[in-house]
Amino acid sequence: MKELICIACPNGCRLTVDEKTNAVSGNKCLRGEKFALKEITCPTRSLTSTIATVFDDCPVISVKTDGEIPKDKIFSVMKELKKIKVEKRLKIGDIVIANVADANVNIVATKNM
Amino acid sequence: MRREHFDIAVIGGGPAGLAAATVASEKGAKVALIEREPSLGGILKQCVHDGFGVIRYDQKLTGPEYAQKEIDKLNKNETTKFLLTFVTKITKRSSDFVIQFVNRSGADEIEAKKIILATGCRERTSKQIGVHGTNPAGVLTAGTAQNYVNLQGLMPTRKCVILGSGDIGLIMARRLTLEGAQVVGVYEAKSAPGGLTRNVVQCLKDFNIPLYLSHTVTKVFGVDRLNAVEISKVDDKMNPIAGSEQIVECDSLILSVGLIPENEIAKQLCVPLCPYTKGAVVDQTLMTLTDNVFSCGNALHVSDLADYVSESGEIAGAMACAKIKNRNLVNVTKNKNLLYVVPQKINLDAPLDETVFYFRVAEEYENAKLTIYADEKVVFSKKYVHLRPPEMERLKLNLEAYSDCHGFSFVLEVGV
Repeated sequence: MKELICIACPNGCRLTVDEKTNAVSGNKCLRGEKFALKEITCPTRSLTSTIATVFDDCPVISVKTDGEIPKDKIFSVMKELKKIKVEKRLKIGDIVIANVADANVNIVATKNM
Repeated sequence: MRREHFDIAVIGGGPAGLAAATVASEKGAKVALIEREPSLGGILKQCVHDGFGVIRYDQKLTGPEYAQKEIDKLNKNETTKFLLTFVTKITKRSSDFVIQFVNRSGADEIEAKKIILATGCRERTSKQIGVHGTNPAGVLTAGTAQNYVNLQGLMPTRKCVILGSGDIGLIMARRLTLEGAQVVGVYEAKSAPGGLTRNVVQCLKDFNIPLYLSHTVTKVFGVDRLNAVEISKVDDKMNPIAGSEQIVECDSLILSVGLIPENEIAKQLCVPLCPYTKGAVVDQTLMTLTDNVFSCGNALHVSDLADYVSESGEIAGAMACAKIKNRNLVNVTKNKNLLYVVPQKINLDAPLDETVFYFRVAEEYENAKLTIYADEKVVFSKKYVHLRPPEMERLKLNLEAYSDCHGFSFVLEVGV
């Protein structure tokens, strides 16, 4: 039995997972079950950050991964974000880096510049 | 002087003000939205992390994405937006209000029949928590650090101590770590974390940042720049324990020690405030005790979710457009296990069918039972397995059957 706090939403449900049967309890919704099973096998996180731009009125633009990445890839993705400078005015959802750090997700803008 | 006249003036263009202005314009009111910054969205602009909109949009959005959705909704209707505009004074007249403000064109005034205060909240600063020692650079609030990193692209620290475990502090602990700073630890004077449990997990545990409960900063050192802080253990009354002091070297002390509703304009209008929320006393329409002045969002009480801030903005916006002739106010009281209940009054002559209550508990409780009474009659009861002060609870109730009662009371029994 493993106890977890669900981070899928602000409810923060206290989950219990039976590692043998994969039975999850304590979750208020299906997101909790999905989270718990992933957390005991391959924990993933979505990453949000900022990337520098060339524009004075908006020196950084907020970005996110458009899916979750394995927890141990967070810092290698951060390293990639440091390498570039945005030179184009972007809109929410525009891809800034495709398949970042071979993590099978894209870095997308979360702000209209 | 000829002033432009509006039905409603919304003060503040964050999530509460955006929602209030949107709903009021949808209902046909002529709305002025006044914001002191150059763009709308309020503090959401600098909250680049995700978790917004789970309730409102059934999606996990970042702050700027959530703000954009709200701005897009607002732009579907016509509202007069005053950006880079700071309200200096609001004066109540017999049937309307005069709003004085300054902006790049100088000083100006407008008139409005109703006011919606959506001024958000402010962070408590080092002055308000009485940190001793010198006055060096490097002592800043978590929100200021967030502004530097997420909007200006500047790093305010290389090695810091975070005092207080409110959500912004936890989120900044992660953010600064991602950007390469060393967060020595998060120190919390209370015996339980101040932020949401999920943030303790995903911001601290994920990055092995230590959380020290029952610890506080008792002194700061440094002449021009902070170079160390003194940390002490505290007892259960939060008094520092002599002999427990330790010196921690760092270049910054980041404070996440609570948020206080911003009500300077409300005070000018003599709007009575609630000692528990530090926001206005309101009825279920979110009208304050000053007629035709409404309050919503974090100015009313500090919410932990932007979704609830937007909801309260919508209530205020809709109710400011509703025709409510009389105010027949009764009290909503609470027992000591509850920190606060909003609204604090019910107007029996206003719509009662969709009354939304928000409440927080005074301490962490397991197996508690909430009962809401109208006089002696039970209106509602619910058992809670777990209640924590940082996690606000919300209830929507139909109170139409109790329109002749003398008051409502919230009673939370613990250990049942």
